[in-house]
Amino acid sequence: MYKKTLAQLSAALQAKEVSSVEMTQEFLARAKKFNESTNAYITITEDLALKQAQEADAMIAAGNGQALTGIPLAHKDIFCTDGYKTSCGSKMLDNFIAPYNATVIEKFNAAGAVTLGKANMDEFAMGSSNENSFYGAVKNPWDLSCVPGGSSGGSAAVVAARMAAAATGTDTGGSIRQPASFCGISGIKPTYGRVSRYGMIAYASSLDQGGPMAQSAEDLALMLEVMAGFDPKDSTSAEKDVPQYSATLDNSLEGVKIGLPKEYFEEGLDAEVAKVIDAAIEEYKKLGAEFVEISLPNTHLSVPAYYVVAPAECSSNLSRFDGARFGHRCEDPKDLEDMYKRSRGEGFGEEVKRRILIGAYALSAGYYDAYYLKAQRTRRLISDDFKKAFADVDLILGPTSPTTAFGIGAKTDDPITMYMSDIYTIAVNLAGIPAMSIPAGMAQGKPVGLQLMGNYFDESKLLNAAHKYQQVTDWHQQMPEGF
Amino acid sequence: MSLQADDVKNIAHLARVAIDDADIPDYAKNLSKILDFVDQLNQADTDGIEPMAHPLDMAQRLRVDEVTEENQREKLQAVAPKVEAGLFLVPKVIE
Repeated sequence: MYKKTLAQLSAALQAKEVSSVEMTQEFLARAKKFNESTNAYITITEDLALKQAQEADAMIAAGNGQALTGIPLAHKDIFCTDGYKTSCGSKMLDNFIAPYNATVIEKFNAAGAVTLGKANMDEFAMGSSNENSFYGAVKNPWDLSCVPGGSSGGSAAVVAARMAAAATGTDTGGSIRQPASFCGISGIKPTYGRVSRYGMIAYASSLDQGGPMAQSAEDLALMLEVMAGFDPKDSTSAEKDVPQYSATLDNSLEGVKIGLPKEYFEEGLDAEVAKVIDAAIEEYKKLGAEFVEISLPNTHLSVPAYYVVAPAECSSNLSRFDGARFGHRCEDPKDLEDMYKRSRGEGFGEEVKRRILIGAYALSAGYYDAYYLKAQRTRRLISDDFKKAFADVDLILGPTSPTTAFGIGAKTDDPITMYMSDIYTIAVNLAGIPAMSIPAGMAQGKPVGLQLMGNYFDESKLLNAAHKYQQVTDWHQQMPEGF
Repeated sequence: MSLQADDVKNIAHLARVAIDDADIPDYAKNLSKILDFVDQLNQADTDGIEPMAHPLDMAQRLRVDEVTEENQREKLQAVAPKVEAGLFLVPKVIE
């Protein structure tokens, strides 16, 4: 049963071929068994899962089942879950039992979905390898000596090893798409503002966006139909209706115009990854899509702009962790300043501290214009590149990441090398457009992700294009050995 | 941009983050690297470009000024390090 897609599991539940309790028990057993080798979950919420599964079975029996009713999911440990530990991968929140639910969690609860547990992640979503978690690195199920990507690395590993039917993630600079690419699964970062940020612990508020991670584009469509929508509790939530994404998956791609940004195929792209992307382009041509070369000339400035904007926002957002009201407090503080400094010094890991310091520096008197305003102006140039491109094309296609999953420890010595692994994903967040990664082949025995980017609120078109590709290929159905 | 040990100490103070003296050289090295890296932004001609704070260029939404939250003090304070009589306790601020 565990190999089925979410859509297939949903059909089996609705047809009463299996109960949610049975399905949940099977996934719980897998979660516990494979957590030893992958470290993909921080917390497995067995009691909650079984209670929700019973409720889901009652909903289905009463004829009130929806697509997600009874489906066992993992949630990134960034989403506050009432009554359960929500750590955000940090020692700072190791003792934090969330006193309320994130809107995303509320929506899944209302749909009757089952929470199997909370997925591991880079601390406060800062990282591209999941090595920055207080709870230890997550291992990539395709190769346990490699990283799963980050920051939603636990969510990606959980789906790849079928330790849940699907998972939630968040994406500030590539944190859904890059791990989806490394773990051979599908993931979508919706348009900024599409999914509520309420109760989703903030990293960089003008970039953060939650989204689903699953086996197929069809699964993502079903998940996103539940997750998306206006939320008055999120001040930047988009006041726009949610289309039925699953209704347009089969639309023809005949005449759809796809742009190939030349900057995404230049030096730095692994030759084997490039071959996989070329093969995917050929598949899309067979499906009727037309390709044109385009240019996104400011792409090379996206990583530098991000590493000013995101740290600046993080230094402000993470000021709330002060040891006063919740989270870690140091022993015997001698005064208030000592309490702030030691609580934060002890509670935050190294990469988080680095970004807080960079942000504090970039925002400090005398440097604000040179760093922060300069980065925000550059951000508009990057965003304008996409606006110009989408005047001519429906979608943009390229690799998700320049390489496949790298070895654990391979990039931990130099922050810049690590940052560059998000070179193809970061511009999307700066602009706020939606983008996704789907499995498109293998290189060096590891999965390669294909990235599709769309115009604002064009998630339907992205999911449609991904689904059509998955109807003629089977990369998304492949599973790592040993699971 | 090369940061010295004193710069790092000053930034760490601004951010209220304690850093062990032994770790200061490492922070100075890595933060300098990051600042050198972001200096690439100086290649961009941004004259006359409006800073972009937000992807959707939306105006701040306002809400009606009415009470929507109920009092949940006990629930919210259950996760606090130290409370007494409904108050958060911190080290003495005023003698």
